[in-house]
Amino acid sequence: MGSSESIFYIFISALLINNFTLSYFLGLCPFLGVSGKLITAFRLGLANIFVMLITAACAFVLNTWVLPYAPYLRLISFIIVIASTVQFVEMAIKKLSPDLFQALGIFLPLITTNCAILGLALFQTNKGYGFWEGMVYALGAGGGVTLALVLLAGIREETRIMNIPKLIEGTALNLIIAGIISMAFMGFAGLFSS
Amino acid sequence: MSEEVKEQSQNANEFIKGLWNENPVFIAVLGMCPALAVTNTAMNSLAMGLATAFVLIGSSFLVSLCRNIIPKQVRITSYIIIIATFVTMVDFLLAGFTPFIHKELGAFIALIVVNCLILGRQEAFASKNKVSLAVMDALGMSAGFTFALLCIGIIREILGNGSLFDFPLFGDGYEPWIVMILPPGGFFALGFLLLFFNWYTQWRKKRSGEKIFDKNVNIDQ
Repeated sequence: MGSSESIFYIFISALLINNFTLSYFLGLCPFLGVSGKLITAFRLGLANIFVMLITAACAFVLNTWVLPYAPYLRLISFIIVIASTVQFVEMAIKKLSPDLFQALGIFLPLITTNCAILGLALFQTNKGYGFWEGMVYALGAGGGVTLALVLLAGIREETRIMNIPKLIEGTALNLIIAGIISMAFMGFAGLFSS
Repeated sequence: MSEEVKEQSQNANEFIKGLWNENPVFIAVLGMCPALAVTNTAMNSLAMGLATAFVLIGSSFLVSLCRNIIPKQVRITSYIIIIATFVTMVDFLLAGFTPFIHKELGAFIALIVVNCLILGRQEAFASKNKVSLAVMDALGMSAGFTFALLCIGIIREILGNGSLFDFPLFGDGYEPWIVMILPPGGFFALGFLLLFFNWYTQWRKKRSGEKIFDKNVNIDQ
């Protein structure tokens, strides 16, 4: 029971309490850039989950078999292995399932070496997660990014039909909305007592 | 002689451009992750700014030096490897000489490698210009980035902790505005700073517009 509980904790913690976008500020460029339309934001979120799962697997392999021998190659090898694996999987998807590629494909180059992806690999290393823990962590973190993107995109769609002062339009308004969402997410910090 | 003067003024232009007119954070909105994540105190902001400056200047120098050797097809990969090398250096340097700062900044030092500002400058500037110009551009951009981080860090530390560089400002009576040093404070501080910059650029445009208008009136009379 103890093990499954800790896996559940890892998932909820990455999804809500330590949300990647809203409390670690990772992956802000797509968060502010691509959150104009709800459906696009949702698909970007799905692509994010997908790349994060690949990243977690790559990071596990590197941490177990390569990096103990050459710790100074950590950054370089993470970036190169993650980028090339994503490229490879992208080609495989293009062949096997063109529909899925249509839905996610355009986002893959955008997020491959995004800070959220590299951050996931680094945090996973620092916390010393095993394979399944890493996969659950990636799922939670990706879900958290998707949640944040969808929330912001939903609010932004509403603001388009409102009468907003010219001065605050654009990034300034998005940042303040994000701040308010982030403040709401702080409430989740009390979910676990320890 | 005049050639030299011209070159000097061009160098100065590249420097000032990064500091103000094309400030990476306030105008171009690049490098947001570190700009918000580690700016909860002024000290952390300064450390992050300097670490980024080291990486940016070093990699701009190297990329500009190798710009004729690197084949066009693999240029982005090569830039990333150069940047990652410098980031690894900073990571080990900070861990060796200032372990407390290294502990505060944590994984965000390693994340300098994906700061879009650095890769952006290599692709847009260093790969096309000679070494002296590229270094000047990198110096200006890093000064602008450090300045922006310090602005956010100072605001957040004063409001959220009532201190500046760990030096208490207001005495015991001050009730700290805790939310400013927590994550939402980062969004609010940058949001309001951008608002201020929008207002300032608009105000300047308006003022120079009025001046031109006045001149036109004079000419008509």
